[in-house]
Amino acid sequence: MRRVRNGRNYMTKSNFTRRGLLKTSAGAGAGLALPTVFTGAVWAEKHTGFTNAPQGDTVTLGFNVPQSGPYADEGADELRAFRLAVEHLNGEGDGGMLNTFSSKALEGNGILGKKVDFVTGDTQTKSDAARASAKSMIEKDGAIMISGGSSSGVAVAVQGLCQEAGVIFMAGLTHSNDTTGKDKKANGFRHFFNAYMSAAALAPVLEKLYGADRNAYHLTADYTWGWTQEESIAAATEALGWNTVEKVRTPLAATDFSSYIAPVLNSGADVLVLNHYGGNMVNSLTNAVQFGLRSKQANGKQFEIVVPLYSELMARGAGQNIAGIPGSQNWDWKLENQMGDRYTGTNAFVQSFGTKYGFPPSQAAHTCYAQTLLYADAVTRAGSFNPCAVVEALEGFEFDGLGNGPTLYRADDHQCFKDVVVVRGKENPENEFDLVEIVEVTPAEQVTYPADHEMFAGGSLGECNPGA
Amino acid sequence: MDAILLQVLNGLDKGSAYALIALGLTLIFGTLGVVNFAHGALFMLGAFCAVTLQKILTLSSVTIDETKTDFLGNPAKVETPYVESWFGPELGATIIDWSVPLAIIFAIPVMIAIGFIMERGLIKHFYKRPHADQILVTFGLAIVLQEIIKYFYGANPIPTPAPEMFRGSFDFGVLLGFDSNAIIYPYWRMVYFVFSLILIGGVFAFLQFTTFGMVVRAGMADRETVGLLGIDIDKRFTLMFGVAAAVAGLAGVMYTPINSPNYHMGMDFLVLSFVVVVVGGMGSLAGAVLAGFLLGILESFASMNEIKAIIPGIDQIIIYVVAIIILLTRPRGLMGRKGVMED
Repeated sequence: MRRVRNGRNYMTKSNFTRRGLLKTSAGAGAGLALPTVFTGAVWAEKHTGFTNAPQGDTVTLGFNVPQSGPYADEGADELRAFRLAVEHLNGEGDGGMLNTFSSKALEGNGILGKKVDFVTGDTQTKSDAARASAKSMIEKDGAIMISGGSSSGVAVAVQGLCQEAGVIFMAGLTHSNDTTGKDKKANGFRHFFNAYMSAAALAPVLEKLYGADRNAYHLTADYTWGWTQEESIAAATEALGWNTVEKVRTPLAATDFSSYIAPVLNSGADVLVLNHYGGNMVNSLTNAVQFGLRSKQANGKQFEIVVPLYSELMARGAGQNIAGIPGSQNWDWKLENQMGDRYTGTNAFVQSFGTKYGFPPSQAAHTCYAQTLLYADAVTRAGSFNPCAVVEALEGFEFDGLGNGPTLYRADDHQCFKDVVVVRGKENPENEFDLVEIVEVTPAEQVTYPADHEMFAGGSLGECNPGA
Repeated sequence: MDAILLQVLNGLDKGSAYALIALGLTLIFGTLGVVNFAHGALFMLGAFCAVTLQKILTLSSVTIDETKTDFLGNPAKVETPYVESWFGPELGATIIDWSVPLAIIFAIPVMIAIGFIMERGLIKHFYKRPHADQILVTFGLAIVLQEIIKYFYGANPIPTPAPEMFRGSFDFGVLLGFDSNAIIYPYWRMVYFVFSLILIGGVFAFLQFTTFGMVVRAGMADRETVGLLGIDIDKRFTLMFGVAAAVAGLAGVMYTPINSPNYHMGMDFLVLSFVVVVVGGMGSLAGAVLAGFLLGILESFASMNEIKAIIPGIDQIIIYVVAIIILLTRPRGLMGRKGVMED
C-alpha cells in the first residue's frame, strides 16, 4: 500500500498491512491518521518473514559497545545501562524509567511476553570491528535489534549493516550530523542529540558569556563527527557575529596537541573551540591549559576555551582543566533536581542505576537505556518484532518521562528532538561525579531544524528492510 | 621566525620522550641483543607508578557528614586523605601536590625490579631465538601489561597534574624581543626537557666513567672476550635491562602532567621510538638521542598550518618520510655501526 505521511511518500514493503487493514476496515481511515493505534493489530498477524523473528519464549537483543580500546569505560557504562534496561523490561528491579515513561505499553513481562535476553559485542571503536561484532550477533546469536556504541564512525557503519541485514539499529552515543543526515537509514534511530543541536544550544550561551565580538580558532578531530561539529559551531557562532580565524584538522591518533595549540595565541583568536572527543579532548584541553591559554588576554579580552560536546567520563580524565569551560550534553544526572519536573524520569533512572552500581550514570548510559525502552515499547505498541512495524511505531512517536522532557522521534530522519543541556566545568567539584554544572537547558524548539537543512542533506532514509 | 622558534621548543619535549625511550631500547639491544617491543609498556608502567603514588597519597579516611547528601540522597561521605590527617592540611596538601616528582623515588626501585623480573622471567629464554620471536614475545608481553593496567585502572585517562608552581607557561617571546604571547612554553615541559637531559647525561656518565659501565661497554663490543676474562657479563647485562626499564619508567613518570596517562600510552610511543632507533642507528646510544630530538622537532614543524597548507597530511607521515630518506642515504642510520643486525 502507498501512503503519504509528513509530506513524504511512504511505501511499506510487506503485504501484512493490506490484510490487516481489510480486517479492520471500519477503522481504516482513522488508522491512517493514527498509525500506531492500528498497526499493533495489523503487524501482529505474522511473526515470521523477517530477520531473526523470535520463535521461542525469549527475544535476543545485541548490545554492541566498546569493550576494549580507549572508550572501554564508556562502553562499560553503556553495558551497565543495557543490563538495567533488560532487568526492568523483564520485571526485575525497581522498574526505573518504566514507571515514568509516558507510554504505558510495557508491563515488565519482557517484550510481547517474551523474556528479554541479550548478547554483547565489542566495537573496539573501529568501524570494521564493530560491523563484524554486529554481524556475528545478528547471524550467530539471532539478535533482532542492535544498540550501543561510542563513535559516529562506528554508528554510521553499523547502521548501514543493520539496514542491509533487516534488523533495527538503536544508536548509542553518536553526535555527528551525518548519522541522521546524509547517512540516515530507515532501520536506524538516534535518541542522542547531534552537532547542529549542540551549536544551536551553545551559541546563545556563548554570546551571553563572551559577547558577540569574538574570534574563534577551531581544532578539529579529522573524521565525520569532527567535521560536522566544526561546521555546526562555526555556522552558529558566525551567525552571532563571531569571526572564524582558522580551522585546523588534527589526526585522530594524535596524543600531544602542543604543536597545534602553541600558535593559537598569536593567531588573532580569542576563543579556542576544541572539536575533540574522548582521549583527544582530554589531551588537547590539558595541553591548552598547560600553555596558559585560559590566563591570557587576546584582543583585549580574556582568552576562552569551548568544548562543544562534553563527556562526563572523559571530563574526569581532564581533571581540574575543565573548570569553567562551557559545552553541551544530551542529558545530565542532576537534571530533574536542578531544572524541575519537566525532566521526570531522570531521578528514577539515577536511583536504579546508582543503587545497583554505586555511582551516577553517564549520558552514554542514559541514551542506551532510553533506546532499549523505546525499542521495546515500539515493538509492544506495534504488536510485532517486524522491523517495519517497529519503524512505523517509532516514526513520529511523541513521548515523555525518559529524563529529557517531551521528545519527538521525527519520522523524516529518525532523529529525536528534545531539550539540550548546556553545562560548564565546575570550579570546585565536591566529588569525581560532580564535574559539571548545568548552565541552562535550551528548549527543543530552539534546536529543531527543518528535515531538509543543508547540513543534513545528501542522503535518504530509503525503505525499511525486514530482511529474511 | 617566532613561529619557527616556537616549533623548535615544542619539538624538544616530544623529542625528549622519544630520546629517553629510544635510549632504553638501544641499551637493551646493544647489551642483550633483544629487540624489546615491550619497551613502550615500560614507559606506560612508569607513568602508572606516578598514578599509583598519587592514589597512595590520597588514600583517605571516610566520615559521614549528615549535613550533606550524596547523589542518591543518602548522607554524604567525606574523604580526608591520611596524609593530611598526619601532617596537617597544608603540608599534606603540598605532599599530594608534589606526587609526580615524588614518584621518581618510588618508580626507580619499582622499575628496576620490573625490568629484572621481565628479563630473568621471560626475555632470557629468547636470547638465542631469532629477532622475529623476540618481537612476538615482547609485543605479546606489552599487550598483557597493558591489559593488566586497564583491569586495575580502567581505560580512561587519569589526571596527574604537575605541582602548582609548575603550572602555566613562560613567555619566551617577551624575553627574545618578540610580541608577548608569540612564543609561550609551559613550565612543566621545560622541566621535562631539563630532566631528560640530566637523565641522558647520567646514563652516558654511568657507562663512560664507572668501572661497571666500562665492563658493559666492553661486553657490548665483544661479549665473548669479556666472558673469557672471567667477568659474568650476563649478570651485568641483566642489571642494564633494569637500568633501561628505569629510564623508560622515569620518562613515563615525568610525562604524566603533559598528557593524562592511560593504559595504551606506551603503544603510542613504541612504533615512533623504533623509528627513532633505526634512524639513529641500531645500537648507537648517541644516535638514539640525536634522532629522538631531530624527529621530535621535525614532527612539530610538520604540524604548522603553513606547512600543512603546502603538503596536506604531512604531520601524520613526516617521521616515516624522514626515516625512508635517511635509510636510503645512510642505510645504517645516522650513527649506526657496521655489523649491528647485519649478520
